[in-house]
Amino acid sequence: MNKRLPIGLAAIMLVIPCSLLVAFTHYPAIQAVINSFWNNASSRRPSRFVGIENYQALMEDDRLAQVLVNSTIYALGTVPLAISLAIGMALLVNSRLPGTTLMRLSFFMPTMLPMIAVANIWLFFYAPGIGLASQILGLFGLPSINFLGSTDTSLASMMFVAVWKEAGLFMIFYLAALQSVPTNLKDAAKLEGAGPVRVFIDVVLPLLRPTTIFVAVNALINAFRLVDHVIVMTEGGPNNSSALLLYYIYEVTFRQRDFAYGATLTVLMVVLLGILAIFQFWILNRKAHYQ
Amino acid sequence: MKLRNSHAITIGLAGLMGSSVTALSAADLEFYFPVGVNAPAVATIQELTDEWASMNPQHTVKAVYAGNYEETTTKALTAANAGQPPQVAVLLSIDLFTLIEEDVILPISDLAKSDADKEWIAGFYPGFMKDAQFEGKTYAIPFQRSTPVFYYNKDAFREAGLDPETPPATWDEMIEVGKKLIVKDDNGNVTRWGTRIPTLGLGGAWLFGGLVVSKGDVLTTETGTEARINTPATVASLEFLLELAEQGVMAPGGITWGDTPKAFLEGQTASMWTSTGNLAFVEENAEFDWGVGFLPGGDGPGAPIGGGNFYIFQETTDEEREAAMDFIRFMTSPKSAAKWSIATGYVAPRPDAWETPEMKAYAERLPQALVALDQLAYAEREFATFQRAKVTQFLVDAIESVVTGNADAATALAEAQEGADKVLRDYQ
Repeated sequence: MNKRLPIGLAAIMLVIPCSLLVAFTHYPAIQAVINSFWNNASSRRPSRFVGIENYQALMEDDRLAQVLVNSTIYALGTVPLAISLAIGMALLVNSRLPGTTLMRLSFFMPTMLPMIAVANIWLFFYAPGIGLASQILGLFGLPSINFLGSTDTSLASMMFVAVWKEAGLFMIFYLAALQSVPTNLKDAAKLEGAGPVRVFIDVVLPLLRPTTIFVAVNALINAFRLVDHVIVMTEGGPNNSSALLLYYIYEVTFRQRDFAYGATLTVLMVVLLGILAIFQFWILNRKAHYQ
Repeated sequence: MKLRNSHAITIGLAGLMGSSVTALSAADLEFYFPVGVNAPAVATIQELTDEWASMNPQHTVKAVYAGNYEETTTKALTAANAGQPPQVAVLLSIDLFTLIEEDVILPISDLAKSDADKEWIAGFYPGFMKDAQFEGKTYAIPFQRSTPVFYYNKDAFREAGLDPETPPATWDEMIEVGKKLIVKDDNGNVTRWGTRIPTLGLGGAWLFGGLVVSKGDVLTTETGTEARINTPATVASLEFLLELAEQGVMAPGGITWGDTPKAFLEGQTASMWTSTGNLAFVEENAEFDWGVGFLPGGDGPGAPIGGGNFYIFQETTDEEREAAMDFIRFMTSPKSAAKWSIATGYVAPRPDAWETPEMKAYAERLPQALVALDQLAYAEREFATFQRAKVTQFLVDAIESVVTGNADAATALAEAQEGADKVLRDYQ
């Protein structure tokens, strides 16, 4: 059991994961940085070193500016909303109401579906005139809204889908956390005369903090990582109103085949995510109290 | 890989038994194709592919459905960059310049050495060959070609007191007729619009090209280095789209390509502008009397030519090229082209396909199918330049920002022109 691995064998065994890490993480990352200093070469344009030209293009790119604003709104909107919804749902299914199993299942259902499937379902819901959303509006005598075809509503529609899909997963984490809250703490608070709201705010919520930080980190990563629904539902349109950063990188790199600028955008995204991660871990170290 | 192995075994066995199978000409083809319309296209392609395979037992062919047009191009190019392209693919005709720049396709005219081959290439409608050629060489063979047409609900026309046999021919008529076709409910909400022109994305840009052609201009030329985004014709075309919304004929805001046939079939709109490739879908699902006409035009009829062509990739062996040529010849033969056209509504790309008894019976049963063919005389190439995806995006953004009310036509088009010129400067 405690026998030591011969050092040679250990080294050999380490080579395998290391080479995978180098091949699929470090090499592409370094290559992206290198590519961002070259132009986009093709059979009709010779390859040449352009220095920081691509980065200058970043500064002047109006589409990028819009995409960054969209991504910020998207993250700031979906993360808190998904978290509060998840807490609400977890409290609901943790209570002693009848039918909680069915509720847990139905809240968790959207999480089990692949994003592509979710996007296709919502594509139908949002279809103006014929979709479910229009028909519900019609019941109240309201005109149908062109959710995906209007610059005012397309991003919000994307956010709604993301929250709908994500909240169920986060609910599971909160449910587990809620069930590990010691009842004696709650009972003690009740003895002191605290009402249910007071118990939740002063006893339960602080104990949920580690979960919240974990969920927030995940939700934020997902806000940048998940763009399947954008590709399926709007392709970033109309007029880039629903384009997110990762979608823009995909479009520039693979549709427009501008690998150099795509690499530049990727570097930007990695830097942004790095800053966010540092910020979050700083908060995490300061504020989280693990038992 | 598995296929290849079993194939090798078959050939090996045949060799052992002394049969006369020539292993030399055997090729394993991979064939990427997109589907851009609501039609049983995948099944029909598979049937045709199987038929060719059974006629050519020495070869194998794998038909790979690769998504919509843009996705298929992305996949084929990615595979080519990775050194494993499909041998043959149907890709957008407008991706010609991209494929040439990426240096991944072969000119088919270089492969067609015999007189019979040359005659075969000359046998396609010239309209469809316009965007298959570059610098004097033919790079592609027309296959699923289309123009958009004007579909209209004849019952709705009768209801509104209009002649169901005369669809609107001009923009003014479109607005006038469209107003009469609108139906509102008790709350004043529109339940049926006059018409529906997709304005979003690539589909929107395609139809926009038709508006421009009808005003006597073109968006791009055969050089692939010129984009004519900011012209009097484009400004007028965008203003026409705005006018339709302002007059209440068309729903305001952006209109998607994908929902359009559905909206028409559900009676949400009395008419629509969409690809002739949706003909079979509409025929099968329409529960009302419907007709097809030329697209209403600004100064006369006009339409963009769209759709996909066959391309052969460079990284192929001689055997594979030969097999690919044979495959394409089979797929565009009168009988196959007729079958494909009838199953979807795409315009059969050769006059001889229209001479087959199947096609004649089809045209008699569904005279609407002839409209796109007749319209071909007034059709021009679709927006295509080098860096097509990037340059088209400027046009798409301009159209989208105007129809969603975020910019005026003149400013948006001027900006798009500037962006496009900047990209194309490298190529001029």
